[in-house]
Amino acid sequence: MTYYLPTHEYARVEGNIAYIGISRFAAEQLGNVVYVDMPEADDDVTAGEEFGAIESVKAASDLFSPVSGAVVEINEHLIDNPRLINEDPEANWIIKVEMNDPAELENLLSPEAYAEVCKAEKH
Amino acid sequence: MKKTCLHPNHTAQGALMSPFGGFDMPISYEGIEAEHRAVRSAVGVFDVSHMGEVLITGPQATMFVNYIFTGDVAPLPAGKVVYGMMLNDNGGTVDDLLVYKRDDSEYFLVINASNIDKDVAWIKSHAARYDVTVDDQCDFWSELAIQGPLAEKTLKDVLGLDGSDLGFYTFKDLRSADGHPMVLSRTGYTGEDGFELYAPAPVIVSAWEKLMEAGVAPCGLGCRDTLRFEAGLPLYGDELTEEISPLEAGLGMFAKVDKEGFIGRDALVAQKADGVKRKVVGLEVEGRAIPRHGYDVLDMDGNKVGEITTGYHSITLDRNIAMALVDSRFAALDTPLQVQVRRKVFPAKVIKKRFYTPNYKK
Repeated sequence: MTYYLPTHEYARVEGNIAYIGISRFAAEQLGNVVYVDMPEADDDVTAGEEFGAIESVKAASDLFSPVSGAVVEINEHLIDNPRLINEDPEANWIIKVEMNDPAELENLLSPEAYAEVCKAEKH
Repeated sequence: MKKTCLHPNHTAQGALMSPFGGFDMPISYEGIEAEHRAVRSAVGVFDVSHMGEVLITGPQATMFVNYIFTGDVAPLPAGKVVYGMMLNDNGGTVDDLLVYKRDDSEYFLVINASNIDKDVAWIKSHAARYDVTVDDQCDFWSELAIQGPLAEKTLKDVLGLDGSDLGFYTFKDLRSADGHPMVLSRTGYTGEDGFELYAPAPVIVSAWEKLMEAGVAPCGLGCRDTLRFEAGLPLYGDELTEEISPLEAGLGMFAKVDKEGFIGRDALVAQKADGVKRKVVGLEVEGRAIPRHGYDVLDMDGNKVGEITTGYHSITLDRNIAMALVDSRFAALDTPLQVQVRRKVFPAKVIKKRFYTPNYKK
């Protein structure tokens, strides 16, 4: 199952693990990604709070975590090749989090609800 | 929000639009990097119709412009363009602008979109004591910037306009086939050779469409900023503000303090005598983090000594560089500094702020 924040981060959930990245809509809006500022493994992240930033040529955008938990892995491919996010933002997640409160997922947007958010932003 | 005459073209062409200076403006079409490279290596065209135009006419026009402007327009020949600032009494910058001299009694001022209302009010408030007329022509003129090493050829081949007789920072008045006035200058804001064309909307829309048919790259404000930044050119709001003087911005050469009284002169003379307390410098930042506007600049002990004014991962140079307003004690070349980027600090060093050597035509 994939869940979204209105700020365009997704959490793809497998068991108690969430793969967190940015949506295809957000990647298209950003343009070429030049840097991803990621936390380190073992750092804690909190639902709704900033955990890093993603930078296009033009600007830095904060990244917000959809869930709370511990970072078990960061996507190290993004260090040398941040543009992987433009190629496929869904396959190229940013951090992998072991959730400590899966009930938080109920606060997130479904893919359908998130699609409405994107539609509204386009206009 | 205001729109330029090319707004329908931009949206039809799928541009990413964003507010700038009160206008809904194109940020990019194909992408900032591709557009940036098109201008550096070939040619690109920008809709810069958001820029403001003010015409000053009258027997005392030269005296008046010299009173509100840091440059000295009196000795300039007709057909010359000069860059400079309007200052407040404290030496802070009301705006930076281009002044086009038609003759001693007529000057065409080009001002920043974000400052149009403020500037027009400022200019009018000082005009009463002079025998001049101040004409706000912002709604009359639209503007294209055609920039890059192929700009002269593109102008000729696509628009039938001959710019070959124009030296850098000169202009001429022209008339379109259907009788509209046009102003063509060899000026720009990219660090490349190029031209700016001012004309009423129908001429500009037709020129844009011809340039698109000819395959000239449409360029947005995104790469306009990355290009000017690499060439070390200031942006009002970043390197120049009401609180920043041209001396602090490293633009002292455009403030002719030897000239008789102009607004802000006394403050500049005092700053020169005392030495400026802070200065805009170039910074190269190590590591992958990109320094952005507003980030703190620290000394080696971690004390804040300034702020980033503009920063990018430079597209041409492939390095993380910035302009920063720092305490003058830390402004010397090669001074080691640090930049706070979110939770981390990164080492930096002062370098020349003209990161990219412009390719201007003499």
